[in-house]
Amino acid sequence: MDKLDTQASDARPVLEGPDIARVLTRIAHEIVERAKGADDVVLLGIPTRGVFLARRLAAKLEQITEKQIPVGSLDITMYRDDLRLQPPRALARTEIPGDGLDGRLVVLVDDVLFSGRTIRAALDALNDIGRPRAVQLAVLVDRGHRELPIRADYVGKNLPTSLRETVKVQLAEEDGRDTVLLGAKPAAPDAQR
Amino acid sequence: MQRHLISAADLTRDDAVLILDTAEEMARVADRPIKKLPTLRGRTVVNLFFEDSTRTRISFEAAEKRLSADVINFTAKGSSVSKGESLKDTAQTLEAMGVDAVVIRHGASGAPYRLATSGWIDAAVINAGDGTHQHPTQALLDAFTMRRRLVGRDAGLGQDLAGKRITIVGDVLHSRVARSNVDLLHTLGAEVTLVAPPTLLPVGIETWPCEVSYDLDSTLPKSDAVMMLRVQRERMNAAFFPTEREYSRRYGLDGDRMAKMPEHAIVMHPGPMVRGMEITAEVADSDRCTVVEQVANGVSIRMAVLYLLLGGNEPAVTHSRTTEEK
Repeated sequence: MDKLDTQASDARPVLEGPDIARVLTRIAHEIVERAKGADDVVLLGIPTRGVFLARRLAAKLEQITEKQIPVGSLDITMYRDDLRLQPPRALARTEIPGDGLDGRLVVLVDDVLFSGRTIRAALDALNDIGRPRAVQLAVLVDRGHRELPIRADYVGKNLPTSLRETVKVQLAEEDGRDTVLLGAKPAAPDAQR
Repeated sequence: MQRHLISAADLTRDDAVLILDTAEEMARVADRPIKKLPTLRGRTVVNLFFEDSTRTRISFEAAEKRLSADVINFTAKGSSVSKGESLKDTAQTLEAMGVDAVVIRHGASGAPYRLATSGWIDAAVINAGDGTHQHPTQALLDAFTMRRRLVGRDAGLGQDLAGKRITIVGDVLHSRVARSNVDLLHTLGAEVTLVAPPTLLPVGIETWPCEVSYDLDSTLPKSDAVMMLRVQRERMNAAFFPTEREYSRRYGLDGDRMAKMPEHAIVMHPGPMVRGMEITAEVADSDRCTVVEQVANGVSIRMAVLYLLLGGNEPAVTHSRTTEEK
């Protein structure tokens, strides 16, 4: 708890709980608008926090369309391009809704869009699972600094950042509260703070 | 840091649970239309089999291919080993070819350990069964099968086998499967009972972390899983029991004995089964027998082990013993 508090003290909240709820409502409406009714939409969250966001989006979409929206998760660990640079990571759950992805409009959901490498890995993973009609991307925060030609179709908040800053999304399901924090990157371990 | 899997005894509880959890995710790949992951692309794995094997070799090969590794199969028959080449020279040949991992099965106990610690080779060494010593991936797939059946597929994630009563029956003396299982199941918190005629129990068994019994009928009602072992005739150079019929009557599992087991209890067998000897066809073909499931789970477990040992820049699984003695 101590660690979280010190982290929170020098990190500035840029989105609070009600903002996140409003942003998700807006994205849900945008999805319905662009997909002309969201009939064939499948939401796939990228673990960990993308999955919670996908579930919340699905609930909002169901309110708007009064239809069941399939929601699942897509773990991209095995498709990462930096696997060889660090020890193997624990795998998260990949759960594809029963009807599959073929011919559907897949909306990938993640918390922060940064380098774009996660999304590249997710596109590769999708390729092995099915052939969607189209793939779109929804993110809560776009913090810039792309390293690949990837952009989001639905953005909760565009957040201009410097590379020395960190963006931390906290969600009630995992962290006990809803907030997006912008903070300074922790100093390297050898340099005293 | 070493990156080998030599013995089930080297695994900590957390390592073992991580392997089981990873295998649970790997199992989902088998349900996909394209059963392939790019994770080990460009890595070369040699399957070095000095002893006959069907299911282990095929299982490793399937796991390696599903992770996109390049696979080289090597069997002692028809290779320069039959011309008299030593393990060291074979290892150095493989090293010169630049392999990243060696999956080795050998008739001599300790051969994989020698390969891993000798400095002959830099590759990761995975023990696929050595003599009467260890067969760690078999123990892991058995534990995985037990966790799925006795705890549950999703409920089991992150869990061990605490309090589960496992009975292992048969030729413990010659069985690397029994040794690996006793080590791993003990680490995972299960209570293991070995049942065998006294002649088929090794010297020093009282130091193993398990119970020993000579009476199958009294142990069955207290078992959550019963693992039948094959009587390994190829390793027997003396008479360990009077006749096969007597062995089968006292230590074989038939329908009447299976009825004494609790409702939820499962029957396991590492294969190959000898029907009519340690297990009757009635038991082998029943729903409670997990032999086929164990084979399917073997691929998932071996994918998990390969991923955790080779997937990153250093292995996620720690091996205290092999590191210490280097």
